[in-house]
Amino acid sequence: MSNAMRTPAGAINVERYQGAVAEGRFRRVWNANAPGYLFLLPWLIGFFGLTLGPALISLYLSFTDFDMLQSPRWVGMANYVRIATADPKFSAAMHVTLTYVVFSVPFKLTFALLVAMALNRGLRGLTFYRAIFYLPSLLGGSVAIAVLWRQLFASDGLVNAALSQFGIEGPSWISHPNYSIYTLVALSVWQFGSPMIIFLAGLRQIPQDMYEAASLDGASKFRQFYKITLPLLTPVIFFNAVVQTIDAFKAFTPAFIISGGTGGPINSTLFYTLYLYQEAFGNFRMGYASALAWILVLIIAVFTAFSFLTSRYWVHYDD
Amino acid sequence: MTEMTASVTAARPPSDITKRSLPASLVIHALLIAASLLMVYPLLWMVSASVRPETEIFSSTSLIPSSIDFSSYARGWVGLDVSFGRFFWNSLVISVLVVTGNVIACSLTAFAFARLRFAGRNFWFAIMLGTLMIPYHVTLIPQYVLFLNLGWVNTILPLVVPKFLASDAFFIFLMVQFFRGIPRELDEAAMMDGCSAWRIYWKIMLPLSLPVLATAAIFSFIWTWDDFFGPLIYLNDMNTYTIQLGLRTFVDSTSASDWGGLFAMSTLTLVPVFFFFLFFQRLLIEGIATTGMKR
Repeated sequence: MSNAMRTPAGAINVERYQGAVAEGRFRRVWNANAPGYLFLLPWLIGFFGLTLGPALISLYLSFTDFDMLQSPRWVGMANYVRIATADPKFSAAMHVTLTYVVFSVPFKLTFALLVAMALNRGLRGLTFYRAIFYLPSLLGGSVAIAVLWRQLFASDGLVNAALSQFGIEGPSWISHPNYSIYTLVALSVWQFGSPMIIFLAGLRQIPQDMYEAASLDGASKFRQFYKITLPLLTPVIFFNAVVQTIDAFKAFTPAFIISGGTGGPINSTLFYTLYLYQEAFGNFRMGYASALAWILVLIIAVFTAFSFLTSRYWVHYDD
Repeated sequence: MTEMTASVTAARPPSDITKRSLPASLVIHALLIAASLLMVYPLLWMVSASVRPETEIFSSTSLIPSSIDFSSYARGWVGLDVSFGRFFWNSLVISVLVVTGNVIACSLTAFAFARLRFAGRNFWFAIMLGTLMIPYHVTLIPQYVLFLNLGWVNTILPLVVPKFLASDAFFIFLMVQFFRGIPRELDEAAMMDGCSAWRIYWKIMLPLSLPVLATAAIFSFIWTWDDFFGPLIYLNDMNTYTIQLGLRTFVDSTSASDWGGLFAMSTLTLVPVFFFFLFFQRLLIEGIATTGMKR
């Protein structure tokens, strides 16, 4: 290298020297960074090509009229204005989705916590119970379970057969607009297994001697729960609540199968994502559907920001 | 105060405090068993309905059929124009390819984030975590237009190719967490010896990371097997249907006429997931407990 930098006369060729320094720096920078970026390459391609690019395009499309046959036509805020003011199906979808979130998440988490606490007493057969309670969570996302649910809550289904043994004549849950959404809430609550496992892991972190000290000081079980378990578990409760809520906003398959893709009866199971799907792939209103997608992002973002901002008032962190 | 607590704790063994009396634990067991039964009852009922004589399905809430009859399976298997064998094969191909893509691409990405030093690493890592939050609906329509223009609709490519580009950020995150737990001395020593980044990844990290690779593989398989939305959008020709689409078509076409066949096929679609549940339960449960996966 140093030989190359010298002219035959032995004097340093300044230009070539600077070039070599630049080349050396380039090589250094290259050697330091190339392996990292080479390993990152597939992800980078995916990020730009499948996430960032499409997200920006969908933001653009949300301000257009686009049916996939003709090129997008700019309509300004028209899609958003219609969503906010003149779309009864949007209001119906929001109502259904919020009902689902408000009922399914608290019940699911309450069950998960109760069962986790029952299991956290060093019982025999813990792994057996844990497995049984977890199984519905694992299977629950499939079409087969939605099919089963449709039968369970049909007018001649299993639930009504069980009720009739007590002399109660149940309605046709699935096809009744007042009840259909609650069959889906029940399906979600049935899958309390995975938040339960997370609660169990959280409960294990609470030092046992805290309870021992508290019970020696005469604190009742209820007070121990209220003063020790609940505060120390708030980070886990917070985590579960955020994850489950976002997930509930995105629910699709069960409503699609149970209503046959319609969101009926009378839009009573028209989940937000189901409405978005209908607009995009049923009516090919791609611009409008893009606007719906961005509204969903906005809702989830506002909810998440709100949770994090309020968390400091109720979530207990050690340090 | 401390002295008193200490003396009292010494006076009786600590196990006394945590252990419950016999009646109390019997009550808890009874409640838990009742709850377990309630949880699995619908599943058991479905399995038993699939082997019941057709006439008996709706007349009985019991789990034990009067006679075992597998004809529902034979009928359901060929209940549509395309046989369920085809749907199973399609689902299997897609799931295996997705598992392969996720394990390769996500481990490469995770290795870069966890072990390699390069300019902008923290920036890209933050971006990657950010993509975890974005609902897929935002990218859905432009992706669809893209794949349509590439001529990929009605092929498995839109469901598989993104996974080879590490599109499941969740698994990247899972693997980064695991890789960071592997002692750094190992790869630093290898680097001293002039080992390339690739060899460190291939010869040191991957062999030490089999548990997390297995967890990612199993969850990828189950999620892909159960996925309904992706195939619903990209696969329109019945010959390309996955098992979930086939089942949904079966629901629509039979509408209450062949419940036996429907339950038989439903049961079959759950078998692979149940298999993973039986044999890899510990991995699944640890995966959830340590990272908070939603399913």
